[in-house]
Amino acid sequence: MTAIVYVVILGAALVFVIGSIARAIRYARHPIHLRWELYPVPHEEPHRVQHGGSYFEQVNWWTKPTRFNLFGEVRFMVPEMLLMKGLWEFNRAMWVRSFPFHFGLYLVIGTIGLLLVTALLDRVVPEMMVGTLGIGLHWLYTVTGFSGVILAICGAAALLHRRLTAEDLKTYTVPGDLFNLGWFILAFGCLLAGFILKGPDSPGTVTVVQAILTFDTGVRIPGLLALGLALAALLLAYIPFTHMSHFIGKFFTYHSVRWNDQPLRPGDRIEKRLAEYLTYKPTWAARHVGADGTKTWAEVVTTNPADRGKK
Amino acid sequence: MNEKLRPEDMSREEKKPLVHLDNEDLMPLPPPLDDPAKDHKWAPLSAQAREKFECLLDDTCAVNVPHPKTPEEEKELLRKFLSGLDKLFTRENNWTFLQPLVLTMEHCAKCQTCSTACHIYEASGGNELYRPTYRSEVMRRLYFKYVKHGGLLSAWQHGDIQLRWPLVARLIELSYRCNLCRRCAQTCPIGADNGLVAHELRKLFSQEMGIAPKELHDRGSMLQLEVGSSTGMNPMVVKDNVAFIDEDTTERTGIKVETPWDVEGADVLLIHNAGEIMAWPENPGAFALVLNAAGITWTLSSDLAAYDAINYGLWYDDAQFARVAIKHAEAARKLKVKKIVVGECGHAHKALAVIADRILTGDLNIPRESSMTLLRDIVMSGRLKLDPSRNDFPVTLHDPCNLVRLMGVVEPQREIVRKICPRFREMWPHGVDNYCCGGGSGFAIMSGNNFPDWRFHVSGRKKLQQILNAFSDCLGPETPKHVCAPCSNCKGQIRDMLAYYGMWEKHRILYGGLVELIVNAMEDVKPGYIQWEWH
Repeated sequence: MTAIVYVVILGAALVFVIGSIARAIRYARHPIHLRWELYPVPHEEPHRVQHGGSYFEQVNWWTKPTRFNLFGEVRFMVPEMLLMKGLWEFNRAMWVRSFPFHFGLYLVIGTIGLLLVTALLDRVVPEMMVGTLGIGLHWLYTVTGFSGVILAICGAAALLHRRLTAEDLKTYTVPGDLFNLGWFILAFGCLLAGFILKGPDSPGTVTVVQAILTFDTGVRIPGLLALGLALAALLLAYIPFTHMSHFIGKFFTYHSVRWNDQPLRPGDRIEKRLAEYLTYKPTWAARHVGADGTKTWAEVVTTNPADRGKK
Repeated sequence: MNEKLRPEDMSREEKKPLVHLDNEDLMPLPPPLDDPAKDHKWAPLSAQAREKFECLLDDTCAVNVPHPKTPEEEKELLRKFLSGLDKLFTRENNWTFLQPLVLTMEHCAKCQTCSTACHIYEASGGNELYRPTYRSEVMRRLYFKYVKHGGLLSAWQHGDIQLRWPLVARLIELSYRCNLCRRCAQTCPIGADNGLVAHELRKLFSQEMGIAPKELHDRGSMLQLEVGSSTGMNPMVVKDNVAFIDEDTTERTGIKVETPWDVEGADVLLIHNAGEIMAWPENPGAFALVLNAAGITWTLSSDLAAYDAINYGLWYDDAQFARVAIKHAEAARKLKVKKIVVGECGHAHKALAVIADRILTGDLNIPRESSMTLLRDIVMSGRLKLDPSRNDFPVTLHDPCNLVRLMGVVEPQREIVRKICPRFREMWPHGVDNYCCGGGSGFAIMSGNNFPDWRFHVSGRKKLQQILNAFSDCLGPETPKHVCAPCSNCKGQIRDMLAYYGMWEKHRILYGGLVELIVNAMEDVKPGYIQWEWH
C-alpha cells in the first residue's frame, strides 16, 4: 500500500513536470504572431509607464535608444503574482475568494520546498538540525503548511460557493469546474485531517518526505494522510492538462502578447522567422483571398483581388 | 425582461432573436437624457430584413447573411464553418494570431472580471448576450469539441455545445457586437482576450466563408484596392478635392495653402483617412497649413490606396489587411520618403504602425509614426505663434482605443490640448483606460437596417455618458463646447450620436479633430477656423 502511494506521488510529480514543460514548449513553438500589445507596457521608460505611453510617443522613435525597463516589469509582476493585484483592482468580490486560495497554494509550494531542504539537511548534516536551525525549520514548515492548506481549503470552498450561487458565474460553470474545486477541498482536507489526527507514534513529516524520496516502504504513513497525499499528487498531475495551468499560459499572454512591443529591425531574428512564415501556403477558401494551397502567404498578400475581374 | 441566456442557447432552432432590449433595460444616462421614456424609440428591424436575412440574434442585423435556400446549402455552410474553425488553429493558415488565440481558448477561468470593463455589456444593462465571455465561451466549446476533438470527458471539463446552422448564423452577427477595443483584455487577470475572439471569428467568416459586412468588404477594402479609396475617390478625384480644400483653407485662414503630391524624397508621406477629405475637409486643410507653416517637407501620394490610410482588413481579414498595408508602404518606398505619418485615424495608426510591423519586412520597413507626436513637436517647438485664448471654450478629449490602449500614444495629444485649450477637461476614465466611442471596428461606417439604433443606444452609450459628464458644469446652450476626437471613425460615431440625441441643437456640443484646434489658435490665421455650425 505504501509503495503504491509513493508511486502515485513520484509519478504524479513527474507527470506534472513533463506536462507543464510540454505545454510551455507547445506555446513557445507557436509562430511569432502579429503585434497585439496592450498598454501600459511596464518595461517602457518609467515616465511613460505612468500614463501607459509607448516609444511611439517620440518623433522619429526608431532613431532613439531603446531601454528595457526590467525594474518596471518586476514592479508589475511581483504584486500581480503574489497578491493578484489585477483581480484586486477589477474584481474585488472574486479576489477575496481567489487570493486566499492562490496564496494558500503558494504557501503549500513553499512548504514542500522547506520540507525538501529540511529532509536533505537532515540526511547530509544531521548535527546541524539538532539546534536552532532544525527547530526553526520545523516551526516554519509547520506554520506555512497548516496556514497554506487552511487558506487553500477556505478559498476553494468560497470559490465553489460563488460558482454555485453567483448568477454571472453559474451560467458558465461546467461540471469540470466544480469537480476541480471539489478535488482541492477533498485532497487538502484529507491532508489537514491526516496531520491533525495522526497518532503520536506516526512518523514525522520530514521522515515521510525522506521515505518518499528514498522509496523507503518501511515507514508506515497513516491512512488518511496517505490518502490526502495521493489525492494531492493526482491533482498535481491533472493540472497541466486543464485551464488551471494558467501559471504557464499567463507567462505567454503577458510576455509574448500584451507586452511584446518589439519593433522589427532589418535582419533581426523576427524578420528571419517572418520570412519563413511568408512561405507557408494557406488554404483559406474565400474567393477574394485567392489561396488555393499552392500560393504562399507572400504571393497571396501581394496579389490584388480587385485586379482579377479586370483581366 | 429576457430569460437568462446560456451559451448553448445559440443553437436554438427557433427562427427568432435571442434577446430584445428596451430603453428601460439600458444603463441610465445623466441629464438631460436621464428619462428612458423620452429616449428615441428603436426603429424596428424591417419584416423584409427578417424575411431575407438571418437576423436571429437581437434587435438588429449587421451582416445580412441570407437564409440558406436548401438543406444542402445549410450543410455546406456548416462544413465551411468547421473547416474555417480548424484553419484558425493551424500555423499555415493563421500564424498571424495563433499563439494569442490558443492561449485565450485554453486559459479563461470564467471569473467574469472582463464583463465590468465592457462598455457594451454595461450599456446594455448587463444583457448576457453582450457579456464578453458569452461569445468566447461558445467559441471555446466549439474549439474543444471540433478542433481538439474532445469527447465526453472534454464536454464535462469544458462544456458542450451543439453545432447547428442557427448557432453559426448567430455567431456571425455576434462577432459584430464587439468594438474590438480590448478593454476587457486589459482587465483579465490571466491575459485572455475576448476582443481577439471576435476578431478571429470575423476572420473565419470572411476568409473561409466569404461573409463580411458589405461596408467593410465590398465597399471597404475591396473598393480601396480597386479604385484607391473606400470613399470611391480615384486619384484624379482626390486631387481635385484636395485642390478645392486648399482653396477653401486659403480663403478661410488668409494663408496660402498648397498640398504637395507625389514629391520624391520628401521627409514625410502623410496619409489621411480619405473620409476626412470628403466629410471634414477642414482637417486635411489644417494639416497642410500647419505642416507648411512648420517648414516640413511633406507630400501626399496619389498611388492606389496610398491616399487613404484606412485599412478595414484590420477588423475582419488578414489578407485584405496585409494587402492594404503593403500598398501604403510601397507608395512610401517609391517616393523615397524618410517616414510615413498617419493622419487623424486611430485604426490606421494601429494597422500601419503596430500590426503591420511584422508584415512590412525588408525595404518595405519604412519608419511610421503618429501625427500626434509630429504635431506635438511642432506645437511645443514654438514654430507656430499660438494664442490659446482663441480656444477659450470647454474642450474635452476623446481617446481613440487604437491610439492609446493599443499603441500607447497617450500624452502627445494631451500636451497640445493643455497648451492651446485653457478650458480643457478630461473625460473619466481616459488614456489607456478610455472607453470606445462605440463606432470602433467598423461600426461607425455600418448603417444597414437599424444598426445605427443599436450603436447609438448600446455601443456608444458609455461615450455619450462620458461626454455629458465632462460638460456637466456647462451643459446649457449658451456655452459652446467641443469634443476633440483625433480619429476619423470616432468622429463619425460621435457626430452621428450627437445628432441623434440633438446635442448640438439643444446643448451646443460640437466635435472635431485636433489639428483644427491648433489652426484655430494660430495668431497668423484669420480668427474662427472652427466654425460653430453643425457639419
